[in-house]
Amino acid sequence: MTTLLILALLLPVAGSALVLLLRRNPNAREAASLVTAGALFAVVFSIYQAVMRGERPAVVLAEPFPGVPIVLEAEPLGVLFALIASFLWIVTTAYAIGYMRGHHEENQTRFYTFFAFAIASTMGVAFAGNLFTLFVFYEVLSLTTFPLVTHAGTDAARRAGRVYLGILFSTSIVFQLLAIIWVYVLAGTLDFTPGGILEGRASAGMAPLLLGLFVFGIGKAAVMPFHRWLPAAMVAPTPVSALLHAVAVVKAGVFAVLKVTVYIFGTGFVTATAASVWLMWVAAATIILGSLVAFRKDNLKARLAYSTVSQLSYVVLGAMLANALGVIGSGMHIAMHAFGKITLFFCAGAIMVATHRTEVSQLDGLGRKMPLTFAAFLIGTLSIVGLPPAGGAWSKWFLGIGALEAGQVGLVAVLMLSSLLSLAYLMEIPLRGFFGRATEEGDPQPGHEDRAHGPDGGHGDHGFHGAPRWSLAAILVTAAACIALFIHPDPFYRLMTLVTAP
Amino acid sequence: MISEHLPILQVVIPLLAAPLCIFLRGRAAWGLAALASGSALAISLALLGRVLSTGAISYALGDWAPPVGIEYRVDAVNAWVLVIVSTIGAVVGPYALLSVEREIEARRIPLFYAAWLLCLSGLLGMAVTGDVFNVFVFLEISSLSAYALIALGRDRRALTSAFRYLVMGSVGATFIVIGIGLLYSMTGSLNMADLSELLPGVWDTRTVRVAYGFLAVGFCLKLALFPLHLWLPNAYTFAPSAVTAFMASTATKVAVYMLLRFFLTVFGAAFSFDVMRLDLVLLPLALAAIVSMSLVAIFQENVKRLLAYSSVAQIGYMILGLSFASATGLTATLLHLFNHALMKGALFMALGCVMYRIGSVRIEAMAGLGRRMPITMAAFVAGGLSLVGVPLTVGFVSKWYLIVGALERGWWPVAALVLLTSAMALVYVWRVVEAAYFRQASAGARRSGEAPWSLLAPTWALVLLNLYFGIDAMRTAEVARVAAELLLAGTGR
Repeated sequence: MTTLLILALLLPVAGSALVLLLRRNPNAREAASLVTAGALFAVVFSIYQAVMRGERPAVVLAEPFPGVPIVLEAEPLGVLFALIASFLWIVTTAYAIGYMRGHHEENQTRFYTFFAFAIASTMGVAFAGNLFTLFVFYEVLSLTTFPLVTHAGTDAARRAGRVYLGILFSTSIVFQLLAIIWVYVLAGTLDFTPGGILEGRASAGMAPLLLGLFVFGIGKAAVMPFHRWLPAAMVAPTPVSALLHAVAVVKAGVFAVLKVTVYIFGTGFVTATAASVWLMWVAAATIILGSLVAFRKDNLKARLAYSTVSQLSYVVLGAMLANALGVIGSGMHIAMHAFGKITLFFCAGAIMVATHRTEVSQLDGLGRKMPLTFAAFLIGTLSIVGLPPAGGAWSKWFLGIGALEAGQVGLVAVLMLSSLLSLAYLMEIPLRGFFGRATEEGDPQPGHEDRAHGPDGGHGDHGFHGAPRWSLAAILVTAAACIALFIHPDPFYRLMTLVTAP
Repeated sequence: MISEHLPILQVVIPLLAAPLCIFLRGRAAWGLAALASGSALAISLALLGRVLSTGAISYALGDWAPPVGIEYRVDAVNAWVLVIVSTIGAVVGPYALLSVEREIEARRIPLFYAAWLLCLSGLLGMAVTGDVFNVFVFLEISSLSAYALIALGRDRRALTSAFRYLVMGSVGATFIVIGIGLLYSMTGSLNMADLSELLPGVWDTRTVRVAYGFLAVGFCLKLALFPLHLWLPNAYTFAPSAVTAFMASTATKVAVYMLLRFFLTVFGAAFSFDVMRLDLVLLPLALAAIVSMSLVAIFQENVKRLLAYSSVAQIGYMILGLSFASATGLTATLLHLFNHALMKGALFMALGCVMYRIGSVRIEAMAGLGRRMPITMAAFVAGGLSLVGVPLTVGFVSKWYLIVGALERGWWPVAALVLLTSAMALVYVWRVVEAAYFRQASAGARRSGEAPWSLLAPTWALVLLNLYFGIDAMRTAEVARVAAELLLAGTGR
């Protein structure tokens, strides 16, 4: 079992080496990516089966200094995250083949290499057995995604890269690391332990501050005011935005918040000290403000990015509720939002490759030319908003009753308001697509320079040629998954009940 | 047989090799210097091994029994410092060959290596000796040769910066010798172990306290503690690359060691922390150094000068650890002595490679180097990450202990400040990275290729050590802990 854990970490690394080796032959190179992704999912799936059998495999990789080892351990929450990330890696690779070729991107080998590295770091985050290991892979993930964000190499990409690393690094170094070492000094250990390690060791007055250091220090969770890196990261090619900045990287952030709440503080300790009450409202504010900003963005990817900012705080909010239902909702929202948002990004990318349009206001009538893409967008929208028949309905449901159970009626109102807002800003796109009057052929407005889509604008129109086949297939898979998860959310639900009632 | 004499061989081999260099030509002089540095490393490693397994070694020079004769005394603390100095010496030694040929006139090269070896033996001597006057002698040997080494820089401003260093350094040395003289007048002894037994009897005299003050100022000048650091940035900026790499990683470290040795062993930790409140004096200075110098570093255009200011900030970290007056704090200090030597050594050596190829280390001159000199710049990035304190590098390990030390004292604002300055380090490292990887190459960079492997190999050796001891810090942390406990022995801290 433990070899599987190491394999989960090493497979993507091996994949990136393979990609480098096969750089002269693009078809073989992409095949290598696909095969690695498939193998990784198989590995993660067998870890999942083992965990469902009640096993908790763990392996120590190194011990940098006394008492603080680097450990991999499989537990339900991590498995959930790893399952999603590894499955969506397969889909995204397929999508990327269509996208990168259709969009004539340069440096594709570098792209696939760092992509695989980023997945390896994500696996490290998912299977981190203690806070230190989590921190290490968290930082490695920032580093490995940086070349992907700045892929275009333009000035805009450079500026965005500066914001990206600047915020992610400085929050993690200044707040998160301080919090981690503080926990270490208080508890003498950093191991993730069911029930937490801080009870009886940290004072009630300190707990809110310490939890705050974590929530803000984990910049990848994009809680305002440390969310600016996420819209900035949208200069990256769309597959990166889709998998990394809707799934792997951002979910690594909220996953870390959830893990700290459950396994370091312990939900009982959080509730007893009311440590999280002020953070619930910070998350609520991010949910609403993120939606409001999304409303005002005409650039499609920027709108989706702010929608992500808003949705991530649902997960943070669920963690801060610190009761069983909140935690279940939180974990399930990691899954549901992943499938929903990746579908939306895939569609945005497909539209861009097919028509070179990047602004919402340019999409009028396009739905009649790309019906499958826009239908998928509609399904993704339903999932994000939390409407049946899409999986997002379940996580919103649990979050809502979790908030009620915590006695926070105000938060229920926030959740409802935000659902309405997201419905409004996302539905605009399929509505325009299907019912809008088509604009003149081949006359897209060039994007504004200050928008986070630098490399994608200004390509000139080559006329309409439809979404790349590989990309369309990927879109259909994730859209179908959104619906399947409404009918059958059971695997994720069962994993989460293992977290709350071990 | 020979193993008994290791303490003296540690100093004598480079000391004797130095005059021989003058009789040799260019490359032969280098060969001798590199050989002597290599043997110094072997000896220091052997000494550290012995000390850790069997305890302190005492060596009576010329068989004159201490305290009358000069004693060389090696324990975990100075064996550790010897390893630091000789490691850097042994790595920079091979590196020097091409770098020095490029930067220094051919006829001066034998003189350069003579001065180099003198500097090395002076630093090793200060670390190995157990006699306070001997400290002063070796201090002068290392300082005078250092002035000469810096003055050899090909920029004419090297002369003025060497002169400035000479003035400041001499003031420092004078303060130290006055302090030593006062101690001698009160106790009649120059032997460290002997002094540590005699001093408690005269603790309450004004003379001893004045001596304490003189020594404090003297050492703080030598180790460039803010605000006595003014000699350092220019000296590091204009010295030949190899000299900067060597000096930045060793000279200030040995001065920090002397401070620890005098105030914790000779005067005793109890006297320093409970009576003189050294911790309270050093804390604000250390914090001021860390914050102000990190800030200044951000605005430098010359990368060597940028790293020089960063060095002053990093010295602040070492002194900060001391000011915690705890075993954890001192462990952090001693770890950072080693770790900072590794990271700054690697960074300055990478800059030396840049200097070798394009003849400038200004940020704008380094534009586009990421493509032209990928191996060099990768080394710089790795060293920079270590400087910032990214996990799995040595910088992280030091920072970890430093923050644990701060939090143990309950000084969480200090911990926050340390982390904030790490973020500032990120900014100044990033400026270089961004120029190298995201800006178009300037005319100079366009012509350049990768540096020769004889420069790259030693650079990367240090980079790999940065990573190795960042992933497996068990051994270094253990040695630092043993040494810290030794320094605090008997105080119950």
